[in-house]
This record gives sequence, C-alpha cells and structure tokens, in this order.
Amino acid sequence: MPDITLKVNGKSISQNISSNTLLSSFLRDTLNLTGTHVGCDTSQCGACSVHLDGKAVKSCSILAIQADGCEVTTIEGISDGDKLHPMQEAFRNNHGLQCGYCTPGMIMSGIKLVEENPNISESEIRKGLEGNICRCTGYNNIVKSIAEASVVMGGK
Amino acid sequence: MPDDLKTGIGASVKRKEDFRFLTGKGRYTDDINRPNQVYAYMLRSNVARGSLKLDISKAKSATGVEEIIIGKDMEVGSIPCGWQVDSKDGTPMREPAHPPIAIDDVKYVGEIIAVVIADTLDNAKSASELIDVDINPVKPVLDLKDALSDKNGFVHKSLDSNICYDWELGDSKAVDEGLSKADHITEINIRNNRLIPNAIETRCALGDYDAANDHYTLYTTSQNPHVIRLLMGAFVLSIPEHKLTVISPDVGGGFGSKIFHYAEEAIVTWVSNKIKKPVKWTSDRTEAFISDAHGRDHVTNVKLGLDKNGKFLALKVDTIANLGAYLSTFASSVPTYLYGTLMAGPYSTPAIHCNVRSVFTNTVPVDAVRGAGRPEATYVLERVVDTAARELGLNQDDIRKMNFIPPSAFPYQTPVALQYDSGQYEKTFDIALKMSKFSTFGERKEQSKKNGKLRGIGFSTYLEACGLAPSAVAGALGARAGLYETAELRVHPTGTVSVFTGSHSHGQGHETTFSQLVSDKLGIDINQVDVVHGDTSKIPFGMGTYGSRSQIVGGEAIYRATDKIIEKGKKIAAHILETDEGNIEFSDGNFKVKGTNQFKSFGEIALAAYVPHNFPHDKLEPGLDEKCFFDPPNFTYPAGCVICEVEIDPGTGELEITNLTAVDDLGKIVNPMIVEGQIQGGLAHGIGQALLENASYDDDGQLLSASFMDYAMPRADNFPHFDVSAEEICKTNTNSLGAKGCGELGTIGCPPAVINAVVDALSAVGVQDISMPATSEKIWRAINEAKNN
Repeated sequence: MPDITLKVNGKSISQNISSNTLLSSFLRDTLNLTGTHVGCDTSQCGACSVHLDGKAVKSCSILAIQADGCEVTTIEGISDGDKLHPMQEAFRNNHGLQCGYCTPGMIMSGIKLVEENPNISESEIRKGLEGNICRCTGYNNIVKSIAEASVVMGGK
Repeated sequence: MPDDLKTGIGASVKRKEDFRFLTGKGRYTDDINRPNQVYAYMLRSNVARGSLKLDISKAKSATGVEEIIIGKDMEVGSIPCGWQVDSKDGTPMREPAHPPIAIDDVKYVGEIIAVVIADTLDNAKSASELIDVDINPVKPVLDLKDALSDKNGFVHKSLDSNICYDWELGDSKAVDEGLSKADHITEINIRNNRLIPNAIETRCALGDYDAANDHYTLYTTSQNPHVIRLLMGAFVLSIPEHKLTVISPDVGGGFGSKIFHYAEEAIVTWVSNKIKKPVKWTSDRTEAFISDAHGRDHVTNVKLGLDKNGKFLALKVDTIANLGAYLSTFASSVPTYLYGTLMAGPYSTPAIHCNVRSVFTNTVPVDAVRGAGRPEATYVLERVVDTAARELGLNQDDIRKMNFIPPSAFPYQTPVALQYDSGQYEKTFDIALKMSKFSTFGERKEQSKKNGKLRGIGFSTYLEACGLAPSAVAGALGARAGLYETAELRVHPTGTVSVFTGSHSHGQGHETTFSQLVSDKLGIDINQVDVVHGDTSKIPFGMGTYGSRSQIVGGEAIYRATDKIIEKGKKIAAHILETDEGNIEFSDGNFKVKGTNQFKSFGEIALAAYVPHNFPHDKLEPGLDEKCFFDPPNFTYPAGCVICEVEIDPGTGELEITNLTAVDDLGKIVNPMIVEGQIQGGLAHGIGQALLENASYDDDGQLLSASFMDYAMPRADNFPHFDVSAEEICKTNTNSLGAKGCGELGTIGCPPAVINAVVDALSAVGVQDISMPATSEKIWRAINEAKNN
C-alpha cells in the first residue's frame, strides 16, 4: 500500500492508503471530511466536487494517489472560521440550497466558475453547472446565488 | 424594523439550518459510523423473472466475510403495505407476501437475492462474485394491458391474477347519462410516464444492536422515522417500539422515495443482532435506480362530455396503474384515493366516474413520487380540457373560466368524495395571464414564425389536496395508520424553547419555519427556539413529511402546543401578579394585567414554572412543557395556474421554454422565500417529467435508464428563470394560520402546461398530440410524421 503526501485545506497530510482508494473516499472515510458528498457513480452529479491544485474536479473520479503532492480544498476549507466565503454567503442570502446534499459541490463549482470568469452571465452560469445536479431547487436560486457571489468576489 | 431582521410569520427569514449545510457540517446517514461496523452488500437479481437457486458455499470463506444471508435464512414478517384498497365488488386487494430477500423466485431486476456482510465493502462485493446464482428466466409481465390477462402468467405464483384491485369512484350511471346528453365528447388516451425519484443523497441504512440493553438503533434516510419504526418493528422484525430507535438525521432530499419501508432497513437491523455488530449499507446510484420505488406509470382512457358552449357535463376516466412487483408502503393509495378524488380539479363537472385497475408487473415497485396521484389526475384533466377546447374551437382560457367552480359555490362537494372549503380559481388564473403577458402572445408567435420557429403557449389550472389527512376519513378509506401530527414544546427555565416535531425536514426548512411560528407566538427571539426532528427516542410520535402536510398538520400541532403554554403561563402570571386569570392577556412576549402597566415577561414565567417558590401548587404542576397531537378536520386545497411558453425549431425538434409562470393561492404563507423555493423545485421536477425523464424497460425487464448517463435529470441549462408568485387569496379554516401547503404544486401543475404548450406550437404543423417526455427527437419525429401524412 503506497504512502501519499498532500495538503488538504492547508494542512499537510501523509497517509498510507490502498491504491484503489478514490479521492472522495479518502476525504470522507480517512480524513472524516464528510462535507464532500457522493451522489452517483458515473461522475454526473458533481456533489463530490473539490478543488485540486486550483481546479474544480469530481473527487469520485480520481484516485487519492493521483492527488499525491497536490493541494486539495474541500467545502470545509473555504470559510474563514465562522466567516463564510462570499459564495457560501450568497447561497444563504438567495436560498440557493434546500436539502444541502448537492450544495458543497455546487459551491465548489460555483467558486471556480466565477474565478475563471469574473463577469459571468446567467446563461454562462447555467451552462457552467452542467456537471452539477440538484433535485430540490430548480436551479433558479443557485444561479442567483452564483451571480450575486460573482459581484462580491470582484467581477462586474 | 429592516426587512432582513423580521422573523415572524410572513417574513422571508434566512434559514437557520443553512450554516451547517454550507460549511460541510451537515450530518447525513452515511456520515455516521459506529465502532466495529461492518458493511452489507446487497446482491440483486439481474433477471426480471424466474426461479432462483443459490450456492453460497465458496463465498462464505472469502476474505473478510462475516455472514451471508439468503431469503430462507431470514424468517421474518412480510414487508407490509400501509393502505388497504378494496375492489368495487367489495373484495380486499390482493396482497402478496413481500419477503425482504427473494426466496424461491425473483420478480424484478434489482430484487435482493443475497446479502454479503464483510469487514469492508470491497470484500463484501468481491465475495458476492463467488455466489453461484442460477436463475431460470421466464418472460416477464411488463405491459400494463397484457398484465390484465393471463397472457404471460402471473407475477405472483400465489395469486390468480395480476390485478391487485379493480376500484371505482363516482357515479357511473350519472356519467353515462351525462355523456349521452353531450353535444360533443372528447376522448383521448394518455400515458403518464414512469419516473425515478433520484434524491441526490442515495438511501443508506445502519443497524446497530446493543446487546447490553437489548436495544436496536436504525439510522436511516427516511422522511418518517416513526412510521419505519412501526412498520419494521411491528410487522417485519417483531421488535417492540421500546426496544427500537429509528434516527433519520439530515436527509438529502426525499421526493416521496424515502417515505417507504424498504427491505434494506429490516436486513441491516436484523443482521446487526445476528452478528452483534453494527451493519451499514449505502446504496450506490445504480442500486438506487433499481431499488428506490418508482413513480407514476399509468395508461388512461378519458372521455369528457361537453355541451355546445363548452360546459363540462360528464367525465369518465379508465386507468391502468402499474404497481411493480410488490406493494410498496403507500402504493395502493396513490392511483386511487390520491388520484380519483382529484378528478374534479377546479371545475364544476357535475358527473365524474373513475375506474382504476392496478396491476403487478415484473418491475421495481411503484409508489408515491412528489405529488403522488395528483399529478396524474391533473395531467388527465388538463390534457382532455385542452384537447376539447381545440376540437370545439374555443379559447384555452375561456373553456377553463367557463367551468371553474365559482367562489359562491364553497364549500363545494365534488362528485368524487372531496369537499373543497375555499377557492378563487379565476383570480390566480388572471394574475398568471397578466404575468405571462398572454395578451401579447400573438406578437411573439408572429416573431417566432418570422424566425422559422414554432411558438406555443399552454395552461394548466389545477388544484391539490394537501395535508394528509383526517385520520377518520383516511381510516374509512383503508389507511392502516392515523395521519395526525405531533409536537412537544419544552420551555426551558430561562425561557428558551426546544420544539420536538413529528414532521421531518429533508430540504423544506422546518428548523426555520417552525421557529418562526414559535417565536411569533411566544414573542421570543427566533434564536431562542430550536427544532428537533428525526429521532424516535426524542420525539413523542410522528407521521412524518409527505403530501405537503408539514406546515398544515405538523405546524398546527406546534401552534396549538404554544396555545397550551400561553394558557398555563396565564395561570402562573395571575398567581404571581395576584389577580384573576381572566385579567391576564398575553402579547409581545409579556403576560400583562389588562388595563395596568403590571406584567411578567415570558422568561420570568418560565423561570417561575421551574423554580416554583411562588406558584399556584394547588392548581398546577410545575414545569412548562406542552404537547399536541393534531388531527386535521379536512384536507386543504391550494390551487393555481402554470403557464408555459415554448419555442420549437421545426428542423431539429429542439425546444426552449421561453417563459414559465406559476401563480398559486396558498392561504397564509409563513416564509415566502422558502415557499417560492419549494414551488421552483417542483416546477423543475414537473418540467423534467414533461420533457426529459423516463424510466424505460426493455422486453426482458432490464431497466435501460439506470444511471444519470441514461436517465435525463434536469440540469440548470434546461430551464429559464421561473416567474413565481405565491399568493394569499383564500385562507383555509382547517388550521389556525389558514396555510394550505406548497411542496408538490410544481410537479402537479406543471407537466400538462408544458405539453399543452408543445401541442399548441405543433398544431401549426398538424400534430395533435405528443406523449411525455416530449424530447426533441420525439418532437422532430412527430413533425415529420405529420408532414408525411
């Protein structure tokens, strides 16, 4: 079983893992970071989205060993103590979540959508969320949330 | 006070529960692990029908295996159905045994045939591959019409038919008379497509037997943990309630699919005693597709008789409903009492008859999905009304308005059992017509035509029966449970309050709305109220959340418990303030002596109740906890209108929803932000049914749409911005606030509006009908077939 060393939410971690461990299982089961959710097995739903070296990735679709030497940020790592990240705050302000299960993935994807396109339009947000499924909200308020966060995060 | 600081009833209070969900600290069932926990893998049948033989000898000695259970090992009760429906000849429904694990034969792809328990899930899966499975395949019963006969034999060997019941509601003779007098009869055949609920959190169950105390705990993804405790404890495993705790923590969406008692819950609970270790099972998505109860799946023939002006005279509905292979918890009630009873809709049709034959097939069990029966009824009505208008050359708005039950007719007794207490259907319709800019639709249609596109508009005016349910009525109709709700309010010595509710929140925001009720009523800060749900060891009892019932039934129980607290508080205040109880009034969080400036705050009275030095001991017990079981006197009847506008490219069949407007009369609204969110989510689910979603079986009974790659879940770019207006037009008198419920409106009202819009657009090229889901391919084919004809 190989050792991996990586940074998760700014903290260095060295761990012995079995080589078939998915990054999502490593985060949930080994590190107990259960905010990353798994909603499918075909990398469609996006509930497991995290940031890997600055890119939004679906953690169910890569092996933990592929994250060796990388920096991983999960939903637990984006707020500053009790001060929410602007994307989290915008989801709260706009009722962008209901059951909360897809929410971590939506927020992690939303942050990268805005970072990569600070003046993102509504239709670009809708297209950008193609890899994240929500059954509760009908997306209206998710789109509003990301649009509001884009303003706070420095675009427009 | 600035709007964002208002927290009472009617304020859009930001949700209290959001912080944990936004920061990844939600606690869902799969987030829970117990010491020494082992993992269950459910080996499922990959054949729809056939006799079953298993050899588990090789698998038993595989690495890490703790135990392997097959059907005959688990000698427990049958998984029960919660509602007995009788056929029209008075005979009770056919109710075949439903073992948690298949015993001698399999009846659908996905049925559990063996359970492997091992130290890791990987080891359990690997061991399952060593099980020698021998299923002798038989041609499955799949088609609903075929299921009526013995053409392909019977799904259950123990039965002499696939028909569970042949049920009717309404006056058949009056309908025949009405149809014979009609100037015009519109007749259509409808298929209501089969849906898969797909909450994004898959089901999960963790059984934990505590030998020291002979006590079982089941953690499960349920919308109603007390119901699971009752069904599983009393009927399947014979565990008395005091020895069984069921906990449903944060639940990641339900949409009906998490109401029911599933085999996996009984299996992990039972095995945890057998091996004396906690046993966990988490569904993967493919398993969810082939084991979560599906929804809808009806074929219907409907006839609407009208006079020459378009006035409805009689409605005759004949439906075959698919139950799947076994009776799921509420399966029998969905196509009957939640369907036939809604056939009046908002219309004053004088004679209605609805006949339903529900059949067993070799498919996943079918039960309630968001709306449950009411979307199917609304679809039948709104499609036949639209078709009738087209055939008679009437406007789609005129035919509806002409047939609405007028406000003066309430209370209105329908010909299909329900009595509506209130409604002003034309009002919501007019608001929606204005919001959707219906008056200028012609211009937009013309513009589309210039661009080579087809534009259509579709209406759906509908009504829902919410707030399941008056227990006596439900009981008389076959329900095997009461449908009240409970609340216990513990006022703590310093005046803060814990609310224990039998309702369950899996996205609905109860922690916020229920806190609003208590805060508003008792005049205390919303942050001094906490809401506890989802744990049978903490909450007195509960029937859970479904049928848009939480605010109406669960919220009312909370509201009434606060009344009891105020009543008791008045007695304590009268004693302390040395006056008669009749002189005390309660407002703004204070017990005041009328006409004076003397008062005691709510906190002071709470403290006096728990430190009863100066207390009316001769009249009262100390403490300030109150409980309420509320059983509603009637259903509530929210109603509204969805208007959908579509634009279709005739060359490709590509469809865009350009506008979607929904206006609902919901009675009193506690939190408009949350209510609008519920409506938006329902609309998306409804559009999903109308345009995208379809559970599809091949001729061998294999589910072809068993992943998110094959089953089209709606995505953000499938929708426009929705224009939603939640109105407070008529309050109901069945609860103190006058609230009517909102959770299912979108899925009920939306699908026919979308399909009516598609048919309206396509009528320009000669297409008269299209079935759900109206995919681009189907639209393209319909256009080309019409051209060729």
